[in-house]
Amino acid sequence: MAEAAKLCRPGVVAAYPITPQTHIVEHLAEFVANGRLKAESLTVESEHSACSVVLGSQAAGVRSFTCTSSQGLLLMSEVVFCVSGMRLPVMMICANRAISAPINIWNDQQDSIALRDSGWIQLYAENNQEAVDMVIAGYKIGENPRIMLPVMVCVDGFILTHGMETVDMPSQEEVDAFLPAYNPPFKLDVDDPMSFGLLGDPSVYTETRYALHKTLEEVLPLIDSVGKEYKEKFGRDSIRKIEEYKTEDAETVLVAMGSVCGTIKDVVDAEREKGNKVGLLKIVSYRPFPEAEIVKALAKVPYVGVVDKDISLGAAGALYSEIKSVLGADKKISGFISGLGGRDIKLSTVRSMFTDTKKEVNPCKFVDLNKELLWDEFKV
Amino acid sequence: MSREHFEENFYVSGHTACAGCGQSMAVRIVMNAAGKNTMVANSTGCLEVFSTKAPETAFGLPWVHSLFENSAAVASGIEAALKFQGKLDDIRVISQAGDGGTGDIGLQAISGMLERGQDVLYVCYDNEAYMNTGIQRSGSTPFYAHTTTTPKGKYSHGNPRPKKPMVEICAAHHIPYSATASVGNPKDVERKVKKALSIRGPKYLQIHVPCPLGWKCDSSKTLEVAKLAVQTGLYPLVEYEYGKLAKVTKIPSARPVQEYLQTQGRFRHLLKDEEALKEVQAVADKNIEYYGLK
Repeated sequence: MAEAAKLCRPGVVAAYPITPQTHIVEHLAEFVANGRLKAESLTVESEHSACSVVLGSQAAGVRSFTCTSSQGLLLMSEVVFCVSGMRLPVMMICANRAISAPINIWNDQQDSIALRDSGWIQLYAENNQEAVDMVIAGYKIGENPRIMLPVMVCVDGFILTHGMETVDMPSQEEVDAFLPAYNPPFKLDVDDPMSFGLLGDPSVYTETRYALHKTLEEVLPLIDSVGKEYKEKFGRDSIRKIEEYKTEDAETVLVAMGSVCGTIKDVVDAEREKGNKVGLLKIVSYRPFPEAEIVKALAKVPYVGVVDKDISLGAAGALYSEIKSVLGADKKISGFISGLGGRDIKLSTVRSMFTDTKKEVNPCKFVDLNKELLWDEFKV
Repeated sequence: MSREHFEENFYVSGHTACAGCGQSMAVRIVMNAAGKNTMVANSTGCLEVFSTKAPETAFGLPWVHSLFENSAAVASGIEAALKFQGKLDDIRVISQAGDGGTGDIGLQAISGMLERGQDVLYVCYDNEAYMNTGIQRSGSTPFYAHTTTTPKGKYSHGNPRPKKPMVEICAAHHIPYSATASVGNPKDVERKVKKALSIRGPKYLQIHVPCPLGWKCDSSKTLEVAKLAVQTGLYPLVEYEYGKLAKVTKIPSARPVQEYLQTQGRFRHLLKDEEALKEVQAVADKNIEYYGLK
């Protein structure tokens, strides 16, 4: 992932170490130290400052990169909202990790889900190859002069960040040919002085939010066109809004994001061999949310289960709520909370989710609970 | 406001600051002393609110605001971008904020910027409380000042603590330059800005700026009030170079603190309290001795 970021030639890199993101920024620092990347690498004193630094450098017209995880993302969350509001196409890798308390360094997706409303484009990678592709294509999408929005590439902590995987790494020439130099329509410039980040009172604030929202909607067709170009140049179909895996005739489909999709695909293959009509709908672009594609993909599916590695406490899984809202009240949809704080989602877990989805509708089922750890009244 | 207005002034009138705002006067001196080849990162606060309400701006320099506590980090990013572009020899970077945005909520980002040795001048406009939210105590509020969160009362003389020593905190990073100034002496402010910007590396300048609304003083007497703070020894003007005290503005015949306190409603409760007055005088006397102001 550090290599992919390097290929995009960021001029400023700023990040603060946090498990499981640390080695990404370490590698970038090494690239700078040994001259493989010509960039300024800033060792900041917090994630809040990491994001503030890339806000400043991007405003000054230089392509910038940061990466973080979990508490780090929450600490910088104030700046995260500001970066999109100021239309600065920063690239961030979020190594998805659980949120305190209790403190937990392992994977789930609560961190990036908590920032889904920040105005960033959020892409979720199933594997490291997709993560590489999303960084390179993500810059191109975010820096489109009509878009000018930051991109968060979400990769499951440890599962992807510490997993060994052979990836096809594009060459510098190929990336240079695909991704033009950053040339923003507006920037800090002593020869053309402008003020950025003004006070927006009630007479203008709503319009700025509306413009952000409409722009995010424009990202959806751009993912298609950039994805098509990416496939032509690099031969891979990884830049897309959704991926449908054996859904055409499926009776039961699980909807999921990130690395768990690989596990689900294995179960789908095995169940298909047994004659069970199951499938997977992978959400790649969570923001913007590809409503039309999701509705189309699930229109004829009788049983839908949604896998969330997060929970909106007191309500349900975030992805579940959104799938439910676009499919309508009549549809049979179950929601599963799983893989929190690094708990493995096993093949058997996925099989039980397929079975449960068909058996009964449960909007918010925590799977694989260890009942010994619960109060008696919670054991039902 | 058209571009022509900015040909000679890089901070122009038409903004919505209160009458007699000391901060606004200081900003004009700083911006004009810095000149055209300067980029500014501004923290949230009075200044940002009264100078840049969309779609207007009072700034004729490239200027960016994002949040309250991060202008030092944003300026660090701008500095890094200029370095990457090979422009840092020609363009100066200023980060600016009020005293709350500097010494309280922004302290961590400032320390990071100074410690990394970034080529930025940080300017703190010290009006000694959170004025934008309506006169709440900050770490920079002076001893025994009345604010809405340290009100005078039967059991209170106002703020019970002395000012946080930001100029020393910055100097302790052994940066090339850390200084205080007062808007009451505009030529001195201009000299210090130019001196700071002639030095490469991190610099800190804290300018005392009366707030007529918050200090409850006559808005036509901003400069006089500021001068009295210096002349009584309550606001020492000092310059540190690489961590060592290098220069001070002498006050051979210091005025009694009453002369300063009586100009402002925030100290009115002290004027008939001899013990309290003695305590404030002791603050001034200590400054005079500590910095060698005589």
